[in-house]
Amino acid sequence: MTVLLATHGLDAFYGDFQALFGIDFELRRGEAVAVVGANGAGKSTFLKSLAGLLRNRRDMIHLFGREIGDRPAPEIVRMGLALVPEGRQLFPSLSVEENLLVGAYGGERRSPWTLQTVYDLFPLLRERRNGNVTVMSGGQQQMIAIGRALMSNPHVLLCDELSLGLAPIVIEDIYRLIPRIRAADTSIVIVEQDVARALRSVDRFYCLQEGRITLTGRPAEVDFATIRQAYFGT
Amino acid sequence: MEMIDTILQGVLLGGVYALFALGLSLIFGVMRLVNLAHGDFIVLAAFMVLTATTSAGLSLPVATLLTVVAMFATGFALQRLVLQRVLGDDILPPLLITFGLSIAIQNGLLLTFGADSRRLDAGSFETRSIEVLQGLNIGLAPLSALIVAVAAILVLQIVFYRTSLGRAFRATSDNPQIAQLMGIDHRNVYAVAVGLSLAVSVIAAVALGIRANFDPAIGPARLLYAFEAVIIGGLGSLWGTLAGGVVLGVAQTLGARVNPEWQILAGHLAFLLVLFLRPRGLFPARRP
Repeated sequence: MTVLLATHGLDAFYGDFQALFGIDFELRRGEAVAVVGANGAGKSTFLKSLAGLLRNRRDMIHLFGREIGDRPAPEIVRMGLALVPEGRQLFPSLSVEENLLVGAYGGERRSPWTLQTVYDLFPLLRERRNGNVTVMSGGQQQMIAIGRALMSNPHVLLCDELSLGLAPIVIEDIYRLIPRIRAADTSIVIVEQDVARALRSVDRFYCLQEGRITLTGRPAEVDFATIRQAYFGT
Repeated sequence: MEMIDTILQGVLLGGVYALFALGLSLIFGVMRLVNLAHGDFIVLAAFMVLTATTSAGLSLPVATLLTVVAMFATGFALQRLVLQRVLGDDILPPLLITFGLSIAIQNGLLLTFGADSRRLDAGSFETRSIEVLQGLNIGLAPLSALIVAVAAILVLQIVFYRTSLGRAFRATSDNPQIAQLMGIDHRNVYAVAVGLSLAVSVIAAVALGIRANFDPAIGPARLLYAFEAVIIGGLGSLWGTLAGGVVLGVAQTLGARVNPEWQILAGHLAFLLVLFLRPRGLFPARRP
């Protein structure tokens, strides 16, 4: 299988503070991969580095075989990598439909995701297309955030804390969509604090602890005690 | 009848003030940046149009069009080369840069053109008027200024609310970092916004230059009226800016009717009154 996205010895910094230490990571075409870890393990820093919001050394990150570590976010979206940011981060002055449309601003591909197919995935959004996003429920906002990222028709979709602040039943609804997104030839990286939830939806996982990868494998092949050890370090 | 005439003249004057304020409102709306050199850019544009008509012998519309293009390019370059370097969480550095620009433009114009008052020559258009009612005349030039102001706002509204560029403007204004994740290069969005702002200020410059004298030092006073119009109307709302300009214009002509010395004062009093009664302006932009 082709490797779409890879990092080699990725170190990332917030000012003088080093948040990631030598991360080696791979996402192959058609895969869904989880990155799990406790608060402050460096999960969000990792995604920000991949999406270009944090700039790194050029050769530390490869996307479709090209070195992108130092490329800015708008260029990376255009290459086919989209991020669903933590906490949804919708644009409050844009309507539901405008939030989706703005997601297509930088996309080079025009299919399979269009306004129509995103509305087919989230029928509820079609009814409320002209609605104000700030008054919608957390689950609906998460749907818009996912739809907005899909509108750029990414080959790689990064999802940061999809379950954050949502009711369990809503979380299940959101995760049920993942197979449909993968069916559209989009490979997925899921970052979660909720380990059990994430592991049920992915092929492989990486566990981060204090900026280092402490465990990697397939969910079926690793027992829970080992994961707990890698997650908490105790 | 005289009262109606006064108010009508005030509304027309308001059109000019709205034109002054549009560019200011635009930059603030997109970038949250207050351009202290806005008034001076209007005066600079007026001198550019003046030079193009007198020295190069171009007609006023052609000179205006050329200046619009030149000022858009100036604004784009100004943002990319200067302002972008200081934009950040701290609002003071960009404010200081525009303050410095204001001084530089004023003195540059003084050096080049001297301190004499100038005027744009629009031929008989300046003095022509139409009679709406018996004894009620409207000057063609002020009326055109108001119509142009309304047209400019309409065009900007369509750009903001009906185009993909407008969505990029509003998304960037909401959250520049997340906008980058959509493939929007915020630096270009800002540069286009500053370019548009300066392009609109050329129209303000022509309206000013036909209506009144200008010299290199009057920029800051125009900026003050523009500020007041934006604040009266409510920050971030273009139609509000037009309303703010009209309120200011009507207050000034009403004040002048009582006593010519009161014209400016009445405008400022109206501004303070609105601040007192509705601190967020008449039509504040919907902002959660």
